[in-house]
Amino acid sequence: MKFGVIIFPGSNCDYDAYMVIKNVVKREVEFLWHQDTSLFNCDCVILPGGFSYGDYLRTGAIARFSPIMKEVMNFAQEGGLVVGICNGFQILLEAGLLPGAMLRNTSLRFICKFVHIEVENENTPFTNLCPKGQVLKIPIAHTDGNYFISEEGLARLKQNQQIVFRYCDHQGKITSEANPNGSLYNIAGICNEKRNVLGMMPHPERASEEILGSEDGKYILQSIVNFFKKG
Amino acid sequence: MEKENKLSRAVVYVKLKDGVLDPQGSTIKRALENMGYHGIKDVRSGKVFEIAFHQDQSKKPEELINEICRKLLTNPVIEKYNFEILK
Repeated sequence: MKFGVIIFPGSNCDYDAYMVIKNVVKREVEFLWHQDTSLFNCDCVILPGGFSYGDYLRTGAIARFSPIMKEVMNFAQEGGLVVGICNGFQILLEAGLLPGAMLRNTSLRFICKFVHIEVENENTPFTNLCPKGQVLKIPIAHTDGNYFISEEGLARLKQNQQIVFRYCDHQGKITSEANPNGSLYNIAGICNEKRNVLGMMPHPERASEEILGSEDGKYILQSIVNFFKKG
Repeated sequence: MEKENKLSRAVVYVKLKDGVLDPQGSTIKRALENMGYHGIKDVRSGKVFEIAFHQDQSKKPEELINEICRKLLTNPVIEKYNFEILK
């Protein structure tokens, strides 16, 4: 299988994602350019973190109109795997590939630290190696990660089991103190109804090597590889 | 001489929808209280866009600005807008 990492103007986690897939997960990976009009037969496309278009207007609002996004939307519609990390998640929200929107963190600060997230749904291509309720230690780094959705929208997310990750403490308890940014229902990551598009604020590519303080991010990347092995 | 297409102007105001938490607005409100301005009930933050445009035969200015607001200037999940067209 082959991964693709999209580079938007202002992406800054593109090389982290690329290197982790190449050196840690040991799978084929190539960069895709925001102006490309093909995904070059990639099986899983990653929209990395960063500050695409300087976060002008709203995070992800301009990148969502990049030429490659038309391909990403077709790919997602056909069931292709799409992962948005941090700014990538924000782009997927703006593109309407995932429901909801991001508000400024309640603290109004850029928050960069390790957090704990609980795996709420292990039945996705992105979490199939995680036991249900597993607690992952993965860092966040964002200013706009305060997830918001209407009441009906949240009910739908719960009903369809689209909530994949929730902020929790190190024991897995979901508390307001463990919520770093004010996200509704402590939401840290969601998927679409078809389970082939994932958006998450924490950065698994920054937590896949022991020297970086955690290897928990590997569960997510290796789940994707595992999904293709089984398929 | 060719008649020049007149330039129109629109001012668009974008705000968070009522009921959507506005962390910037509430921080500004707290700052005002700390400065001694009591009696401030609520502060909501927003954005203003000034758009200069040539009128298009096929589209009314209102239609054009509405379209731009829906497609790019606002995220309808959290924001609402209104605008005025200046003559």
